[in-house]
Amino acid sequence: MGNRTKTAWAEKYEAGGVRDADFTSISGRPLEPLYTWEDLAGSDPETRLGWPGEYPYTRGVHPSMYRGKLWTMRQFAGMGTPDQTNERYRFLLEKGQTGLSVAFDNPTLYGRDSDHALAAGEVGKTGVAVDTLADMERLFAGIPLDRVSTSMTINAPAAWIFAMFLANAEKRGIGFDKLRGTLQNDILKEYIAQKEWIFPPEPHLRLITDLMAFCAEKVPQWNTISISGYHIREAGSTAAQELAFTLADGFCYVEHALAAGLDIEDFAPRLSFFFNSHLDFFEEIAKMRAARRIWARAMRDKYKAKNPRSWLCRFHVQTAGCSLTAQQPEINIVRTALEALAGVLGGCQSLHTNSMDEALALPSEKAVEIALRTQQIIAFESGAANVIDPLGGSYYIEKLTNDLEEEAERYFRKIDELGGVVKAIEQGFFQREITRAAYEYEMALSRRKKFHVGVNEFANLGQKLEIPLLEIDESTERDQVAALLRTKAERDNGAVRESLAALKTAAAAGRNLMPPLLECARRYATLGEISDALTAVFGSYREQPFF
Amino acid sequence: MADRKIKVIIAKPGLDGHDRGAKVVARALVEAGMEVVYLGLQQTPESIVRAAVEEDADVIGLSILSGAHMTNFRRVRELMLSSGLGDRLLTGGGIIPTKDQEKLQEMGVGKVFGPGDDLQEIVEYIRANARRVPG
Repeated sequence: MGNRTKTAWAEKYEAGGVRDADFTSISGRPLEPLYTWEDLAGSDPETRLGWPGEYPYTRGVHPSMYRGKLWTMRQFAGMGTPDQTNERYRFLLEKGQTGLSVAFDNPTLYGRDSDHALAAGEVGKTGVAVDTLADMERLFAGIPLDRVSTSMTINAPAAWIFAMFLANAEKRGIGFDKLRGTLQNDILKEYIAQKEWIFPPEPHLRLITDLMAFCAEKVPQWNTISISGYHIREAGSTAAQELAFTLADGFCYVEHALAAGLDIEDFAPRLSFFFNSHLDFFEEIAKMRAARRIWARAMRDKYKAKNPRSWLCRFHVQTAGCSLTAQQPEINIVRTALEALAGVLGGCQSLHTNSMDEALALPSEKAVEIALRTQQIIAFESGAANVIDPLGGSYYIEKLTNDLEEEAERYFRKIDELGGVVKAIEQGFFQREITRAAYEYEMALSRRKKFHVGVNEFANLGQKLEIPLLEIDESTERDQVAALLRTKAERDNGAVRESLAALKTAAAAGRNLMPPLLECARRYATLGEISDALTAVFGSYREQPFF
Repeated sequence: MADRKIKVIIAKPGLDGHDRGAKVVARALVEAGMEVVYLGLQQTPESIVRAAVEEDADVIGLSILSGAHMTNFRRVRELMLSSGLGDRLLTGGGIIPTKDQEKLQEMGVGKVFGPGDDLQEIVEYIRANARRVPG
């Protein structure tokens, strides 16, 4: 019966004529004009979907989802000096934001001090500069760290930035057990996509397991890692690559922690994820639903976790920075709104919406406010938060979810064949896959098979930019370097040397590095001094350039 | 005799890992028949110009999404002039506000590109403005 109906329709569809257009997804996925129950044949809703808050969590990690608690509205922010960023945080909290998210500048992300030669011109430009505990104190001055959760986008030097964060809490008399937040701390995707590393992979992986072990005991509410697909996607991957590479990284962290002797039920509930939400609305929603299902199954069946909390793929979503255009920047508000809605329909736990001006500069206060208001419109006006997984059961969404899951499984097999994630990185596998996808997409735009409104279609030629941009004054770098030199002059340099020597000894001896890192932070050792001390033991890493 | 291939150095100065644009452009230039030397990440103005001298490059392209464009373009341009590469094209791309693009042009930097700019346009710009050496 079904077949006859679809055939009859298909004849009419063909007869009606079809536009001369590219009907693939943004990832280049071929799409049918219509999906029906036939596409879900053999896919049992009871086992494939289950119920919200129940295995396999396709429909969401909580039984009540946004009826119980809305997602956390968390805008990633940081610029200039710690004082300037502190001012932005107070502004965002006053406007109704519910969590903080720290953007560090490039030198900090690479574990370098603001006066390092390679940092010239970069201090405070794409985030806030943090060199010592003194900067951490200024960054969070007056912010109740026991009540506001804090996410920090930091990877290579995550353990010592976190040590500074803990030392600051300690000075303010806030117990570690009261601290809530997330460290990105995902080094694998650095080698794959974002390229901010210090050491070779193995010592970085050891630091991550040290941090997991330390937090399980002392900072129990902290998410020790945010396994990130965001940057993989921004580097140009497809949706399926983002899904597969991110979850493969997650499996690699689990395997390292298990090999280090950690109990899966101690660390797995503190693992969290971070996905991109790009322009292809349905594909993004399906990707997020597939992620929950794949992760739950692997954690339960492959890694034998017993506690359902260890099965949950909880994630943050950020709208796609790479989808924004410098041309007609105001229309980026619309792109971001669609991407944010996909994040919500995909069941995210927290969300960042990009600002309209981010293809040009760090966002202005006005642009950030509009971005936050976009989330508030979705939450309070659109009705999207009223019903759990509202697209569940859509033939198209369920088929895409199944397809993305299968594609991810194919990638997992390929990565296993290459000898695992670290080996695949060393062979440049992920990097090549992503570079190829990025080039193909760029060519599709250039050949006008894909469109970017305002850029290769509906462009306003000769239009002058009419929005005000945030500028980071050149004096920022001078002020930050002066503050660093002042801290170095005022601290007890003998104590710093001792703490750094103790850190090196612990690194060489294979002991957990969090206690000595905390001691270095308390003594106001600089980020760069700690990086150098550890590099002396662990060595450094260089990527063979290719394109 | 045909002209030799246009030779382009592409580099990422400083601490900036955003290499998507640099790699996509490098590939497009090769497809368009140019020779590309991609130096990769964490380059200094000195290492970039040294490579340009050694390679006798016609074009230097910098990719900068870290906000350090003024510092790096200025320094690379100075070193090009002092190394006898004043006739070579210095161009690039990244997140670079229009106002800064104008300032860069005043210091002798060519056009700089940003998100959304067409690959073909970049290829044609380089072809039209690269120093050409008869082969």
